[in-house]
Amino acid sequence: MSQRTQGRSILPGVNVDDVFKDHDRYFLPRQSFQSLIDQLTLQGYGCVGPVMRDGAIIFDRLDMASQLPQGARDRQAPGYYRLENGGGPRWFSWANGPQALKPYLFPSREVLWEGTVDEDGGLNFKERIIEPEPLAVLGVRACDLAALAIHDAHFLKGPSPDAHYARRREQLFIVAVHCSHPASTCFCVSTGDGPAATRGYDIALAELDEGFVIDAGSDRGKLILDQLPLSKVDEAQLDQARRELNAAVAVQTRALPEGPLNRILFENLDHPRWDEVAERCLACGNCTSVCPTCFCASENEVPSLDGQTSEHSREWSSCFTQGHSYISGHVIRPDIRTRYRQWLTHKLGSWIDQYGRSGCVGCGRCIAWCPVGIDLTEETAAICKDARDE
Amino acid sequence: MQTSTPGPKPRMAVHKFASCDGCQLTFLNMGETLLQLADMVELVHFAEAGPVAPDAEVDIAFIEGSVTTEHDLERIKQIRSHSGFIVAFGACATAGGIQALRNFADAGEWLSAVYATPEYIDSLATSTPMSDHVKVDLEIWGCPPNRDQVLGAIRAWLYGTLPKQSQDKVCMECKRQHAVCVLVAKGMPCMGPVTQTGCGALCPSFGRGCYSCYGPAEALNTDSLAGWFEGLGLLPEDITRQFRHLNNSAPGFRDAATNIISTDAGHGH
Ligand code: SF4
Ligand code: SF4
Ligand code: SF4
Repeated sequence: MSQRTQGRSILPGVNVDDVFKDHDRYFLPRQSFQSLIDQLTLQGYGCVGPVMRDGAIIFDRLDMASQLPQGARDRQAPGYYRLENGGGPRWFSWANGPQALKPYLFPSREVLWEGTVDEDGGLNFKERIIEPEPLAVLGVRACDLAALAIHDAHFLKGPSPDAHYARRREQLFIVAVHCSHPASTCFCVSTGDGPAATRGYDIALAELDEGFVIDAGSDRGKLILDQLPLSKVDEAQLDQARRELNAAVAVQTRALPEGPLNRILFENLDHPRWDEVAERCLACGNCTSVCPTCFCASENEVPSLDGQTSEHSREWSSCFTQGHSYISGHVIRPDIRTRYRQWLTHKLGSWIDQYGRSGCVGCGRCIAWCPVGIDLTEETAAICKDARDE
Repeated sequence: MQTSTPGPKPRMAVHKFASCDGCQLTFLNMGETLLQLADMVELVHFAEAGPVAPDAEVDIAFIEGSVTTEHDLERIKQIRSHSGFIVAFGACATAGGIQALRNFADAGEWLSAVYATPEYIDSLATSTPMSDHVKVDLEIWGCPPNRDQVLGAIRAWLYGTLPKQSQDKVCMECKRQHAVCVLVAKGMPCMGPVTQTGCGALCPSFGRGCYSCYGPAEALNTDSLAGWFEGLGLLPEDITRQFRHLNNSAPGFRDAATNIISTDAGHGH
């Protein structure tokens, strides 16, 4: 896969000035951006990227640079998301929308296998083999890359890697864009996952008014770069890109409390805050659906009417659904309190024991897209505060 | 491949009570699948499609509509006595339907206001679901339920099991469909977070809030959603109307509306 830039992340206190230090950086003028889309298309990739639809930034098929959300700014707050026109030539002056990479690798619904009854009444099972087209996603953020690394660990590294995920992953080409305009809901600095894209991409871009500072993070990325009308990047452009990243760090106000959350949360399973949040939480599953690291699914048998075939399908589920806590005739998490607690203790706590890091990359999506504006940083802080006061 | 069940075909009926006929259309709109179904079961009674034999013994009966007259009451008891497995389908049969709004009003007063000769009308003061009167073996919620739910129920019954019915909220399906949330991105009231799935998040996919056609979901938190609607600037009567829609008499929504009204009265509004 991509040639990784070893071991760097933008942790609190780490100097973002290091981001543009090593490998070769070039400059791609804004008016030549279309050549990037064209080159990707020429080399066989279908391109998707950010566009404005129904009042949000969503990822969709992208053929022309003119489809990009020029001047768009996202105003986000708990339970609130609005796009505004901030003017100017830029295409990436927003933080994020409800989804980015997740639906492309882990679709919300797909058939995994099919069962059929043969002439003699025997059962046959046939795996659904998928052959995905090469796909280039433009406009991926640092938090999305961090979430992707988590999904890779979950879907690919276990004893039985997920074949569908693996095939889609092999075909994925990533054009990352450093974040210059985090939303008020973003806290990637506190999780150590952004705002700079430092690894796991094929091409990375830092947007300036006149164009992009561009570099390749993989051999495939280099092949594309070789075909673009690039010039040498100058010091002033690098300075500008660094200043914008520093500003993107400084502007973030939300943060997760210091850990170890896997200990603190589990020591506070009876904290009254769980009852309090359960009064507000709707158990609707929006938070888990927009979370780029959540991977829970339910599997269902969908028989044909004649009963001769059945499709085994997988769809996004959530720790907030009843089905997710149903075990052999018994619902083990019958109320909203235990379901919210499951979400937070897994995401921020037991995830660390399971995958070696927290399941939160600080994208803030669950805060903005919660219909009643529940903010996990606030809930976690309330529980940790009492733990520390003790 | 064989399409029909060996042996005598199971006998099936579709009955109508107080309703708009929309649920029966779920069958009629199946097109070719209806022919396939007719090959697998014997459609003994289904007035809208042709066969009429309301008193015939059947193995499975689908009931559309609510109980609104004395005659309805007798009829459903009669149907219960000669039907093996009863499926109440649609908002009317499972929750009393939109016409259950009369449960919150003086039905007699409405009658005399609407009809020139109200004495010709013989109806009960309430509209009630089938389960209030007879044992119902399966309920399929929705206004109207979708064909996959109906076919899934028949398929499961033929296998001798109950169908797996999703209790997820509409929001789950809304996100699976990649619709942009109208509540968060437009500040529109949407009932998705308290409504069970079934429709495929149809309204949010077209940029409108959910009307709650499929009725209250489990793990229901109507107070929190009502409170958020208030924050969006909705008046108590508008919030009440959100809950007093197609499933107004389903207990979860009936109580939510009653709460809003009593809290509002408490504030001396
Ligand atoms: S928990 Fe929330 S903030 Fe953290 S990664 Fe998931 S959606 Fe983003
Ligand atoms: S925290 Fe918010 S988004 Fe998540 S289930 Fe509760 S109400 Fe829904
Ligand atoms: S639009 Fe409605 S159904 Fe969809 S996620 Fe938002 S609140 Fe839920």
